[in-house]
Amino acid sequence: MIVRISGEGQFRLPDNDAERLNDLDNEAVTAVEAGDEDKFQSLFDQMLSLVESDGEAVAEDELVESDVILPPRDVSFEEAAGEFTGEGLIPD
Amino acid sequence: MPGLAGRMSTTIKAKISKMLDRAEDPAETLDYGYRKQQEHLQGVKKGIADVVTAKKRIQMQSKKLEEQVVKLDTQARQALSQNREDLARMALERKTAIQAELQGLDTQVTQLEQQQEQLIENEKRLRAKIEAFRTKKEVIKAQYSAAEAQVMISEAASGVGEEMADLGLAMQRAEEKTEDMKARANAVGELEQAGVFEDITQLEGGSSDIDRELAQLSQGAQVDDELAKMKAELGSGSDSPALEEGQK
Repeated sequence: MIVRISGEGQFRLPDNDAERLNDLDNEAVTAVEAGDEDKFQSLFDQMLSLVESDGEAVAEDELVESDVILPPRDVSFEEAAGEFTGEGLIPD
Repeated sequence: MPGLAGRMSTTIKAKISKMLDRAEDPAETLDYGYRKQQEHLQGVKKGIADVVTAKKRIQMQSKKLEEQVVKLDTQARQALSQNREDLARMALERKTAIQAELQGLDTQVTQLEQQQEQLIENEKRLRAKIEAFRTKKEVIKAQYSAAEAQVMISEAASGVGEEMADLGLAMQRAEEKTEDMKARANAVGELEQAGVFEDITQLEGGSSDIDRELAQLSQGAQVDDELAKMKAELGSGSDSPALEEGQK
């Protein structure tokens, strides 16, 4: 599975991390909906840690599409609520 | 609001796909994609330059404000030594307001620095991907049938496209932050023009709107504390230099 951290590039992760990552992602969105910033931050940190610990950076000359794209590391809670969750996606 | 939200990751993927869709179809990308990518890199360079300019302006303002903090502190001491607690209070109120402003500026400079570094990294990565794409395209064309080559090159193009779109996203965010910072720099500039950061000696006697505003801004408790501390320090020595009229 290829995961991109927006702004930081791509990482190759074992496929069995997908479920864990999805769970964390779903929980993070729930935290955003509940307005729980601390919880969101903690879950998002866990997602980043997972990618960092299990992932291997994709080579510079490798041209692949990502399966999953995570928000930038410095994403603010407001951005997460407004732009980076399904709730906030405003069609152009 | 249950059931409304998708995952963050799918939302961003959709966002990036949308940026990609706005580009031409992959087959066309093959032909003039390289030129397009080069144009994109130019945009990134301009974005980085903007960030650097905004950062420099804020840093210059910070420096000025820091000097002002030192000056106001000295003035507060001088005022107290002359038993002018009212003036000392005014100076400390100004100092507190400026310190709060400085803190905000520091945070923004740090954020912008990170953003700048990230953009530079992104640009490097995109450049490498574009180079790889160019090489790969030629190799694939030479080794496979036209139909096979088209599929493979399309895939490679989407890889580069995603990198480009992600860089576009990073640029957007950097621009927003740069705008925020410009707005803050302007706000500080306006305060400065309004005389908020001037020497108190130049404003003595005149209690303006600005003073009232400042009094609201500053945390009274902190000023009281500092006043008490200064009084204690000055309590013993009464030979402190006099506060001269109009002194800067």
